[in-house]
Amino acid sequence: MVYQSASRQVTVVNPQGLHARPAHAVVTLASRFRSDIELVRDGEIADAKSILAILTLAAAQGSQLTLRARGEDAGEALEALTDLFAGGFGENGE
Amino acid sequence: MQTLQGIAVSPGVAIGEALIVGNEGFRIPRRLVVRDAVDEELQRFRSASAVVAAEIEHNRDTISSQIGEQYGAIFAAHLMMLQDPGLQRQVEQLIREQNYSPEYAVSQTLRRYAQVFQQLGNGNLAERAHDIFDIERALLRQLLGARREELSNLKSPVLVLAHSLSPTETALLDRQFVLGFVTEIGGAGGHTAIVAKALEIPAIVGVGSFLEQVSGGDSVIVDGDHGRVILQPDEATIDRYQKGAEDHRSLEVQLRGLRNLPAETTDGERLLLQANIEFPREVQSALARGADGIGLYRTEFLYLGLEQEPSELDHFQAYAEVVRAMGDRRVTIRTLDLGADKMGRQPQQEERNPDLGLRAIRLSLRNLPLFRTQLRAVLRASALGPVQVMFPLITTLQELRQAKMVLADAMEDLEESGEPFERQIPVGIMVETPATVMMLDQLLKEVDFISIGTNDLVQYTLAVDRGNSEVAERYQASDPAVLRLIDLTIRAAAAARVPVSVCGQMSGEVSYTMLLLGLGLRGFSVPPSAIPEIKRVCRSVSIPQCEVVARRAMQLYTAREVDNYVREELRKVAPELLR
Repeated sequence: MVYQSASRQVTVVNPQGLHARPAHAVVTLASRFRSDIELVRDGEIADAKSILAILTLAAAQGSQLTLRARGEDAGEALEALTDLFAGGFGENGE
Repeated sequence: MQTLQGIAVSPGVAIGEALIVGNEGFRIPRRLVVRDAVDEELQRFRSASAVVAAEIEHNRDTISSQIGEQYGAIFAAHLMMLQDPGLQRQVEQLIREQNYSPEYAVSQTLRRYAQVFQQLGNGNLAERAHDIFDIERALLRQLLGARREELSNLKSPVLVLAHSLSPTETALLDRQFVLGFVTEIGGAGGHTAIVAKALEIPAIVGVGSFLEQVSGGDSVIVDGDHGRVILQPDEATIDRYQKGAEDHRSLEVQLRGLRNLPAETTDGERLLLQANIEFPREVQSALARGADGIGLYRTEFLYLGLEQEPSELDHFQAYAEVVRAMGDRRVTIRTLDLGADKMGRQPQQEERNPDLGLRAIRLSLRNLPLFRTQLRAVLRASALGPVQVMFPLITTLQELRQAKMVLADAMEDLEESGEPFERQIPVGIMVETPATVMMLDQLLKEVDFISIGTNDLVQYTLAVDRGNSEVAERYQASDPAVLRLIDLTIRAAAAARVPVSVCGQMSGEVSYTMLLLGLGLRGFSVPPSAIPEIKRVCRSVSIPQCEVVARRAMQLYTAREVDNYVREELRKVAPELLR
């Protein structure tokens, strides 16, 4: 087993920001991985498997976040989560 | 005996025992547990969590099947909050390390989260604080074991008296046992009121503070026809209401026979009697009463109770269900008719006067992606059966043209992607302001039908907010000024050979049916529950007879004179319908 550690920058692109439904999507996806995953915004750290912690970040549209993961599937987890953010959680807006 | 006056939002009379649903404040003792009991207490918290999780799942499934998946989705986030690892860890830590009782630990932890959300000051997150309080209440109810008589677990008929009921709580009421409900707050236009009407439960809102005067089990009469709540009624009053209820039941049985008969006057004029609906499942009530079509399908429910805008699929599924159920009968879908303030999004700046602000078509034209999503879904539904689309609050020709342009764009999109739709879909507008009436000669050239929305027409014509008790009595659909605008509208539509209907509250009130027929109206769109009575009037009168009534009514000076006169005329033809 290889222990990995990785981080990526993501942007909240959907107009409504990181509200309950996107947060629900993040937690659902993050919980599929064994790695510890965190979202960091301006030094505030939120467990990506905790919906309450993510909501507390109050990340609006345009917010820059850092995704950090540590664990055997860290790379894979970041890959999947980055895609989720880039797709705006399936919420289209212009 | 004590009589209270509120706002009648759903008709009918119910007599029964009170069930009081308080906004319960649980008293939480700051109790510490002995060290030896910590494991046991942890276990108590965990099993309470499990029970509450099962409850939320159950609510999610019930709501999903009763109202729609979109509403059920709210509970998925709810469930995730309850099971949040951070939350669970903090509660357990307080129990283990501080020796707090589970009740106290839960309350402390959840209130802290709620506070954080409230302080973030963002509208959506402040709403989440309510979710947290909800979860707290549910957990405490389990832990304290003081399960109140649950609304969802009724065993005998009751009248529900509450400070307020959310639309969700209202939708979950068990119709078998909930005979009616009364709330202290709320207004006529609220969503709770609309849901009550859809469920056909007698309901009164906005009674003001009264719950401390009642005890559970007291007998109560809810008179949803007049907005009256009678606490501890005397026997004579109960007798009177029971007699009224019996008469009403026999009238209903009698009216049921009309279902398969056409809405036709005695001299053979066939009328279009359609239904107004809000939720897809109401289509069954409409069909059961023999509606000729859906004259007004409100789509606001798709936007409420959700934080994110509904997807095209959400729209399409809701429309498809109604269009399929109605078969070859026409369905008129009205595009979003909400103010920015009601959409859970913060308006750009606080609106001092939301009724005159960014609402209805104005909001749609300002949010083209949102508007286009809805129109695409309407168009796709038009491939399944006869559909027409109606724009609310059109006040200028330019707005109509812009709206039609967005519709044309949506058609082009669908064409490119090969989606089927009806290219000739009829396009209509609501007539809701005096400006619209004044410009009808122009507007009528560019629409296929119009529908008079009397509720807004009354408000904008008479400059009266009916939610304001200082002036509410001036809010009268029978005000001569309003009647003249309706008269002008019907005439202009007839001259242009454009079909016109009335879909506001006025069209569902039996006392106005003759007057409207006499003014030349041939299309009515009313709540499903009003169809039999309106049909009964139509089948009892001739057009010339109604024209006499209309001519006479148009010469009267005040709303009160008009109301008295039309009621007397109705008494002559269908006295049993007068309440």
